[in-house]
Amino acid sequence: MEYLSLIFQEVYKILFLLVPVLVSVAMIVWLDRRVWAFVQKRQGPNVVGPFGLLQSLADALKYIFKEIIIPASSNKIIFILAPIITMTLALIAWAVIPFGENQVLANINVGILYIFAVSSLGVYGIIMGGWASNSKYPFLGSIRSAAQMVSYEVSIGIIIINVLLCVGSLNLNDIVKAQQNMWFIIPLFPMFVIFFISALAETNRPPFDLPEAEAELVAGYQTEYSGMMYAMFWLGEYANILLMCALGSILFLGGWLSPIELYPFNLIPGAVWLIFKILFLFILFALVKAIVPRYRYDQLMRLGWKIFLPMSLTYVILTASYLFYFNLLPTI
Amino acid sequence: MIAHTIFFYIFSIIAIISAIMVTASKNTVHSVFFLILDFISISCLFIMIGAEFLGMIMLIVYVGAVAVLFLFVVMMLNVAQQKNQWFISKSSSNHIPIGLVISALIFFELIIVIGGWKYKPDLVQKENLYSSSEITNTHSLGQVLYTDYIHIFQISGMILLIAMIGAIVLTFRQREGVKTQSYIKQISRERSEGVEVLNNVAFRKGVKIDE
Repeated sequence: MEYLSLIFQEVYKILFLLVPVLVSVAMIVWLDRRVWAFVQKRQGPNVVGPFGLLQSLADALKYIFKEIIIPASSNKIIFILAPIITMTLALIAWAVIPFGENQVLANINVGILYIFAVSSLGVYGIIMGGWASNSKYPFLGSIRSAAQMVSYEVSIGIIIINVLLCVGSLNLNDIVKAQQNMWFIIPLFPMFVIFFISALAETNRPPFDLPEAEAELVAGYQTEYSGMMYAMFWLGEYANILLMCALGSILFLGGWLSPIELYPFNLIPGAVWLIFKILFLFILFALVKAIVPRYRYDQLMRLGWKIFLPMSLTYVILTASYLFYFNLLPTI
Repeated sequence: MIAHTIFFYIFSIIAIISAIMVTASKNTVHSVFFLILDFISISCLFIMIGAEFLGMIMLIVYVGAVAVLFLFVVMMLNVAQQKNQWFISKSSSNHIPIGLVISALIFFELIIVIGGWKYKPDLVQKENLYSSSEITNTHSLGQVLYTDYIHIFQISGMILLIAMIGAIVLTFRQREGVKTQSYIKQISRERSEGVEVLNNVAFRKGVKIDE
């Protein structure tokens, strides 16, 4: 009986976290399309519901009622598993994101490593989808995407080391609390820029959307998917983008801390600040999608390995020497 | 504790079954997927005994990077062609004795380690294991790794670096006659090089057609 009530409590908490995340994913797709449209002097989706807010809901409904087609020569089990894995991995990472001092589902010691591990597992959904489709374009797309994600994870890992040097803990709450005096975006601004670009590449967003480059690969690893399975890939992708925005705002923009520690700002709860920061980063993501043309594949690899990796490694050495010289290294 | 035991058995059963399936499944890509499942369940076991740092690093390094490269290699193989070729063709059958010797060696090593640990508990040194609840396990690992074992740690890093450089040197070759683009040239082009303004072009003659 005790276990049962415990399980119900946890399930309640999980639902309370996941339902808002899924709803905001739907809203964020709408926002993405609107920003994209406004940059190109169009209106964007504005018919369904007020300001077109219900457009994503209508799209989801359409996907649900469409027929799921599984190619005859595909590897059926892995073909079905791939979108499920993508979406699950995009959602389980939210367990450690802190929305306030104690508003976190699982306050674990190695929170940042957990997020990093889950985002590095995300590549399997794409590889499995591409391989199981048993067709040329999806396979090429998935191989491109795997190489891209593995390369950019390296620089994201080193950027995280930079932040961890300043904090001295792997707990996400401690990382936020360490920014009480100064957000890490000020001392680590070059790292924030590199993190932002690497996050674009990690989530296969334009200008790094080579895995699904429609001019070359039809739709990359999603080519053979239809109906709800395609929608799951798409939901997972946007949940991943939101997660990367949340990670960026926790690592560099002070997470749930308010920008000014004064009277009217103190009253606003931390979760609201975090959501504002996530939205700010997401609008940047959407603007980049609208403005920047797609990279060539060799340029992408060169940017990851020859520019970002040496730069972030140099910055690790700089940060470590600065902290060591001025005796600022965090103690246990 | 009951929940702990139940989860322990679930994860270990998954680990053992997937380890068996790695060798038993006919499709090589499936065996790599089972290997990944094995890695994941073992990292879950690590997390369950409190070694959270080790578990996460295992996920990041083995599952996130090493197994992806494994998958790359295996997906490139032509599975249909290789099916059942191993035991039939004569050229590959001389690998079997070497494989048997190596597997026997690993088996005896396992017996020695596990058997010795069972009957002589002080065979494994325990004095350097800090297990206080105040320090997280990342900190305690760091304290051991960067003080007592710094030389071994550095040497293993150097070995990995040398192996990486060796692999690059072995596979790197400069090919002749490949057209590549130089980024510096592309960026540093001026208007005077790229655009030419011509006057008095003859009607229906064109400019520089023969070049």
